[in-house]
Amino acid sequence: YPPLTTIPPPAKYGGRHTVTLIPGDGIGPELLTHVRELFRFCCVPVDFEIVSIDSKSTSDDDMNNAITAIRRNGVALKGNIETNHNLPPSHISRNNILRTSLDLYANVIHCQTLPGVRTRHRDVDIIIIRENTEGEYSSLEHENVPGVVECLKIITRKKSLRIAEYAFNAARQNGRRRVTAVHKANIMKLGDGLFLQCCKEVAAGYPEITFDSMIVDNTTMQLVSKPQQFDVMVMPNLYGSVISNVCAGLVGGPGLVPGANYGKDYAVFETATRNTGKSIANKNIANPTATLLASCLMLDHLRLHGYASMIRKAILATVSETRLHTADLGGQGTTSEVVQSVMREIESKGPRTSEQI
Amino acid sequence: MICLKRSAPSRHLWKEGLISSICTLVSRVVGAMKSQASHPRTFSRGLQTVTLIPGDGIGPEISTAVMKIFEAAKAPIQWEERNVTAIKGPGGKWMIPTEAKDSMDKSKIGLKGPLKTPIAAGHPSMNLLLRKTFDLYANVRPCVSIEGYKTPYTDVDLVTIRENTEGEYSGIEHVIVDGVVQSIKLITEEASQRIAEYAFEYARNNQRASVTAVHKANIMRMSDGLFLRKCREVAENFKDIKFTEMYLDTVCLNMVQDPTQFDVLVMPNLYGDILSDLCAGLIGGLGVTPSGNIGANGVAIFESVHGTAPDIAGKDLANPTALLLSAVMMLRHMGLHGQAKKIETACFDTIRDKKVLTKDLGGNSKCSEFTGEICRRVQDME
Repeated sequence: YPPLTTIPPPAKYGGRHTVTLIPGDGIGPELLTHVRELFRFCCVPVDFEIVSIDSKSTSDDDMNNAITAIRRNGVALKGNIETNHNLPPSHISRNNILRTSLDLYANVIHCQTLPGVRTRHRDVDIIIIRENTEGEYSSLEHENVPGVVECLKIITRKKSLRIAEYAFNAARQNGRRRVTAVHKANIMKLGDGLFLQCCKEVAAGYPEITFDSMIVDNTTMQLVSKPQQFDVMVMPNLYGSVISNVCAGLVGGPGLVPGANYGKDYAVFETATRNTGKSIANKNIANPTATLLASCLMLDHLRLHGYASMIRKAILATVSETRLHTADLGGQGTTSEVVQSVMREIESKGPRTSEQI
Repeated sequence: MICLKRSAPSRHLWKEGLISSICTLVSRVVGAMKSQASHPRTFSRGLQTVTLIPGDGIGPEISTAVMKIFEAAKAPIQWEERNVTAIKGPGGKWMIPTEAKDSMDKSKIGLKGPLKTPIAAGHPSMNLLLRKTFDLYANVRPCVSIEGYKTPYTDVDLVTIRENTEGEYSGIEHVIVDGVVQSIKLITEEASQRIAEYAFEYARNNQRASVTAVHKANIMRMSDGLFLRKCREVAENFKDIKFTEMYLDTVCLNMVQDPTQFDVLVMPNLYGDILSDLCAGLIGGLGVTPSGNIGANGVAIFESVHGTAPDIAGKDLANPTALLLSAVMMLRHMGLHGQAKKIETACFDTIRDKKVLTKDLGGNSKCSEFTGEICRRVQDME
């Protein structure tokens, strides 16, 4: 889903994988604990190496440990790390540092209407592929004259070609017919113009896939009125943030959509909208669906497809059960009730120790 | 303008000079007592002049529609029609025709239809020219759900206030080396202060409860951080208005799930562009969304933000709602709330009734029929 065919299969020692787990802040730790619980219950051959990152500390040691651990294991599952935006600019967002150090250039989010979740729009099925390392998130800012701040948005040919290649490849592997590039090249003629140019070049190598482009403000307007028209979308970093949040909102909210960050050698899985959920932390009301589905994406990445589809089926069955909906879906269910239900669902389907399931 | 009655023509110039300077002093005091929403120069008959720029494509027909409706409502507006095309001024700089600029400088209020930007014309877009000429720093878009024009979202009632002069649209881009481009996003203390002040004043003048600053300071610490700091500072002077801050992605996420939680949103240029169009999409698109641009020196230009629709131009098929609602916004800006409510109600009632609707609203009436229906309702309200 979409596996990068160039990555060799992750190493297995004694038949078990080791995955780095970064609990993060807010609802991250509790939800990832549920993931571990679920994996233990299903006897998934994955061991977690837990690496904590203290968002309050200003030293880089935690980050370096985490990055080393991910380099060692190749795969990670993480919660969102809080960024205090009142700290000086030298304190860069930890999540951002992780993405750029590991060169996780593609953020892939698949937004699908789930059965049993009431939304304003039906039949939404959009794959969003967002450039994850450059663009507006380059963290290059300076104040030349007091009171005048310049922030640099960097677009490079190399990274634009790379993300376009990823998008078209993913579209092809998933049998998708159309790729839409989202941009603002009418205003940022050179920057987004370059991005668009690169997409067009790559599109030429995929004649069976229709390629078109749309300006970002028109895109958001179309998304809230007719989201069914979109198939695969590719875009630079900031527009990716906006569009992925809009699409996640369209299919039911931050608690439902998983996200994946792929690089050439590493993959990190998290929720699509990257929220810390501070206000609902430790209250047993957070929706675990997004995190659980992210762990399924991770299992797919580890080629443990049997476990992945077993858990995913159980999650989808649970989500369609309205009485188990958590507060974000308008219900009164608790996190543990949802997880218990997933486990019961899996149990009812038969033995779970065999790897051949 | 109050003026002391002059005595019989006097040969003593110093007396005339004294009287006229007293007149000036009195009018200056009166002017200072007027509210912040600077009212334009009133004519002695009570009519207010508004510079009307019909625009291209469907512009002329929807402008005519608006003028007809205003006439039926007996609104005290005197229209001064002007055209804007880019002309090269002395020194080679592109500018708008002097008649248009003079008219706007005098009247201070403008209503504008859609303008086309010919591609590869050599000159910047007309909208950009207007923005630069009058320093239109705030773009205000109230988004209110229209009863009768169904969208998946009901009860939307928010206002987006977007900084319109700097930010990501500074137009400063360079090719560093082949294949590497940098675009510069500019945030200044001055512009951030100005837009924040406008946002809070707007909230106060329009009885809005809260202002939310939309930013991405977790990633763009210095630039959005500066914007945020300025908003916080201005918020200190407006303790009656609730001030909150929210990340752009969180706003997008929450907006499509529950737009009723938002009130007034203030933000830099790019986020404003995206969010204002997102909100327009929530209520039905650009064909029904009003928009106003506030400039320095009391200039305000209200406009419809849809395109020129050349394919239906001249065929009496256009929908004048966006321009009409912008004109209503203009009336409110001028303090003519009664007239504004009358025309707005007539428009909404017509749409709600669904009997006479233009094609884009789901009916098959002509523009003139739609206009006529609104005029009829307005007159019935007398």
